[in-house]
Amino acid sequence: MARIRFRQPSILPGFGLTFGFTIFYLSLIVLIPILGLFVKTFELDWASFERIVTGPRFLAALRLSFGASLLAALFNVVIGTLIAWVLVRYRFFARRFVDAIIDLPFALPTAVAGIALTSLYVPQGWFGRLFAPYGITIAYTPVGIWIALVFIGLPFVVRTVQPVLEDFNREVEEAAATLGAPRRTTIARVILPPLLPAILTGFSLSFARAVGEYGSVIFIAGNIPRQTEILPLLIVFRLEEREYAAAAAIATVMLLVSFLILLAVNLIQTWSTRRFGHV
Amino acid sequence: MSDPDLSAADAAQLSPTTEAWPVRAALIALTIVVVAVLLVVPLLVVFVQALGLGIGAALSTFRDADAVAAIGLTLLVAAVAVPCNMIFGIAAAWAIAKYRFPGRAFLITLIDLPFSVSPVVAGLVYVLLLGPFTPIGAWLLEDYGVRVIFAVPGVVLATIFVTFPFVARELIPLMQDQGTGDEEAAISLGASGWQTFWYVTLPNVKWALLYGVLLCNARAMGEFGAVAVISGKLRGETVTMPLQIELYYQEFRAMAQVSAFSLAAVLAGLALVTLAIKSWLEWRYADQLAATRAGH
Amino acid sequence: MELSIRNVRKEFDRFPALEDVSLDIRSGELIALLGPSGSGKTTLLRLIAGLDFPTSGAILFGDEDASRKSVQERNVGFVFQHYALFRNMTVGENIGFGLKVRPAATRPATADIRRRAMELLDLVQLAGLENRYPNQLSGGQRQRVALARALAIEPRVLLLDEPFGALDAQVRRELRRWLREIHDRTGHTTVFVTHDQEEALELADRVVVMSQGRVEQVGSADEVYDRPNSPFVYSFIGESSGLPVRVENGELWLEDRPIGLKAADAPGGRATLHFRPQDVELLDGCGGCIAGTVSSSRRVAGTRRIELEIGPEHHRVEIEVPIDHAAAQKSRVAFRPTRWAVFPASA
Repeated sequence: MARIRFRQPSILPGFGLTFGFTIFYLSLIVLIPILGLFVKTFELDWASFERIVTGPRFLAALRLSFGASLLAALFNVVIGTLIAWVLVRYRFFARRFVDAIIDLPFALPTAVAGIALTSLYVPQGWFGRLFAPYGITIAYTPVGIWIALVFIGLPFVVRTVQPVLEDFNREVEEAAATLGAPRRTTIARVILPPLLPAILTGFSLSFARAVGEYGSVIFIAGNIPRQTEILPLLIVFRLEEREYAAAAAIATVMLLVSFLILLAVNLIQTWSTRRFGHV
Repeated sequence: MSDPDLSAADAAQLSPTTEAWPVRAALIALTIVVVAVLLVVPLLVVFVQALGLGIGAALSTFRDADAVAAIGLTLLVAAVAVPCNMIFGIAAAWAIAKYRFPGRAFLITLIDLPFSVSPVVAGLVYVLLLGPFTPIGAWLLEDYGVRVIFAVPGVVLATIFVTFPFVARELIPLMQDQGTGDEEAAISLGASGWQTFWYVTLPNVKWALLYGVLLCNARAMGEFGAVAVISGKLRGETVTMPLQIELYYQEFRAMAQVSAFSLAAVLAGLALVTLAIKSWLEWRYADQLAATRAGH
Repeated sequence: MELSIRNVRKEFDRFPALEDVSLDIRSGELIALLGPSGSGKTTLLRLIAGLDFPTSGAILFGDEDASRKSVQERNVGFVFQHYALFRNMTVGENIGFGLKVRPAATRPATADIRRRAMELLDLVQLAGLENRYPNQLSGGQRQRVALARALAIEPRVLLLDEPFGALDAQVRRELRRWLREIHDRTGHTTVFVTHDQEEALELADRVVVMSQGRVEQVGSADEVYDRPNSPFVYSFIGESSGLPVRVENGELWLEDRPIGLKAADAPGGRATLHFRPQDVELLDGCGGCIAGTVSSSRRVAGTRRIELEIGPEHHRVEIEVPIDHAAAQKSRVAFRPTRWAVFPASA
C-alpha cells in the first residue's frame, strides 16, 4: 500500500507507543485544558470582554504587573550579566558557593520566598528597619513587588549568559587589544554584541516568569486594589467571585502575552544562529 | 634603561584580557553583596524566624494535625506527579530524539509551554474544564461521585501541569546528542526493544534523568499558585505544605508565625538539598547532562 | 623595524616556558619560529606582541624598550591560528576596527577608514566581500581577512601564530606563497610561528629552531638543513639517523673498528653520528665503513629506502639507494656517510 511516510524509517521499535503516548498525555494535561480556556473566553460577547479588559482595576493591575516585571527584568539583565561575568572570568573565594546558590529561586518554593522577603522588608524587618526612619516603606508597595520579581528572575539571565561567555574565544579579545582597542572598547564593541542574543533571551525568560509570578509576590504586595494588585491575583479574585468568564478573559490576555514572549525568544535564537552560527 | 625585570603585579596589570584589579575587586564585591542580600539573607531569615520562640515551639508545629496532613498530602502529590512526568519525559525523549519526523521542534515548544504559563492560569484551566459547574465536572461528580476541583485529584493535576516539562527537557537534548548508534547496535545484536532501552539507553541518560527528576520533585513539592487556585484550601484535606504556610502566616498569632516559618524551613532545607545534589551532578557528570555545553 | 630580544625568560606558575632567549630580527625580515609543541615558540611570539610579559629580560623595538608597554601601545599586527575575527562585524568593519578605535585625535575620517579597508581587501584578493559576515567565509578567506585587519593599523611588526594551522593542505600551500608575495610587496618585519618545517624552510628568510624553551639554531633554510648544529635540529628538520659511536684520536669508531670518518676537533669518548639517508655512498668492500643487515626496504617516490640493523645491538639506520640498485636485494650492505655530524653522547 502506497502511503506518505510521516517519519523516516528506523530499525528502532517503539515509535508508535512513545509518540502516541506523548501526544495523548500532552493533549490531556496541557493542550485540551488551555483550549478550554479560550473556549470559555469566547462565551463572552465582545462588549463584556471589552468591559473587563478596559476596567480601571484590570488596567491598574496590568500596568503594575507589566511595569514591575519590566523593571525587574531590566535590573536582572544588568546585574545578572555582571554576575555571569564575575563567575566565568574571576577566581575568588566562595565562587563555587555563589555559582550554586544562584539557582536558589528555582529550587525554593515561591511561598517560602514570599514570606521570607516579606519578613525582611516590613518596617520591623532586618532590611525594612534600615529604610523606616526615612519614611520609606518597601513591603506592601510596588517596590516590594519589584524585589520579589528580581528574586525569582535573577537566575534566568545568569544561566543564559554564563555558558555563552564560557565559550567566548579569548583570542578575539586579544585581537582587539593588538589592534589598539582599550579594554572598555573591547568589552563594549567586541564582547557584548555576541552576548546580546543570550542577554535578550534571559531578559524574555525573566520577564515572562515575573508577569505570571504569584506565590512570592502576594505576601509582599499587600494586594490593595488598583495599587498593589497584580494580574494573577485578579484572576484569583474573579474565580472566588465565580466570575469564571472574566477570569478566563484575563488569563487569555496573559497567555497571549506569554506566547508572544515565547515567539520572541525563538526568533532571537533563530536570528542569532543565522548571524553568529550559534545561539 | 630601567630595571628589565617586571614584577608579577606589573605584568598582571598590563594583561590585555582582564580588568585592572580595583575593577575586578569591585565587581566581585558587588556580586557577593547582591547574592548575599538577594538570596542568602532571605534563606537565612526563614530559619531564624522558625526558631524565634525556641526550638520547642518550632518542633511543635509538626504535632499540629493540619501540618501533618499537609506534609502527607505534599508527599502524596509528589509521589504521583513525579513518576507520571518521568514516564512521559522518557517516552517523549525517545519519540523525539530517536526518530526523525516533521514538527519535532514544534512538539518541543509545546512540551515547554507550561513553563511560560502563569501558575494561576494553570490552576484556572482545570477549574474551567473540570469544575462542578462544567459538563465534565458535573458528570464525574453525579455519575461517579468523583470530585476533581477543590479536591486532591485537582491538586495532583495542577502539579503535573506545572512540572510537566522538567524531565523531558533534560532528556531530549542529551538523547538527540547521543544519536541512535548504540541502540541500532543493540538491535542488530538481537536485543529486543525493551532490552535495548533497559541496558543501553537508560544507562546512558541516568544522570540526566536523575537531574530532571530532582528539579521536577522540588517544584512539585513547592508549587503554590496553581494549587492555591484549585484546592479550595480545605484544612486537613486539600492543603499542601506551601498552602498551609499561607494559612498559618495569615493567622497573625505569634505561634502561627513560627509554624509558618517552621514548615517553610523544611521546604527551604529541601531546596538546599536539591541545590547541593544538583551542583554535585553538574560538577561530577557535566558531560552526561545537557548537550548544551561543547559536545563530543 | 628591528626587533631585539635580550635574555628573555618566561615562567608560568614557576614552570619555565622560555629560558634565556636572545634573538635579533632585522628590519623587513620574514622570520619563522619553528619547533614542536611546548618548545616555547608561541610564548615568544606573544611576548613580542605584549599579550604576555617576560619574567625577566627585555624586548626592544628598534632602540626603544617595549617590555613595559601594553599591547595597545606596541602597534603590532597579530594574526591568530583560529582567525579571531569579530563575528558581530562585517568583513569591512573587521578590517576598519583598528582605525576606528583610535583616539579622536589620530582617528582617520570614516570615509578614509572605508577606503583603507577596500584597499586592503584588494590586497588580500577579497574585493567585493566587505559586507559579508565572518561565518559566511571559508577558512582561507577568514585568514586573509585577519591578515588585512592586522595590516590596517600599519603595524611596526607583523606577528602570525600558526596562521595556516587550521586550514587544509591545499589551501595552506596556496596561502603560503601568497603570504610571501604580500611580505615582499609591503616589506613588514614579519615573525611567524609554525611547527611545519616545510612551511618554515620554504617561506622564511631565516628560521629560528626552538626546543624546550631554548633557541637551538638560527639560520637560513640552507644552514639549518645542511649544517644542523645539534642532535635536536638534525632529527627535527628533515630525516636523519643517529648511530652511537666512539671518538678516538680524531677518528670515529663503531664497535671495534674505525669507519673511515675523521673528526679532528671532536672530543674523545662516546658520541652520536648523525647523517641523512640520501647523504651516503655505498661501498663494495668494507675497509673502514658501516655495514649492516637489511631489515626492510621500501619504495619512496623516485628512490628506495633501506633500513639496516647494525652491530650486536641492532641499531637501526635508514639509507637511500637508487631504485634499481643491487643493494636492495642483498642481505648485507656497506656504506659511508658523505655529509654528517658527530655530537658528544650526553647531548
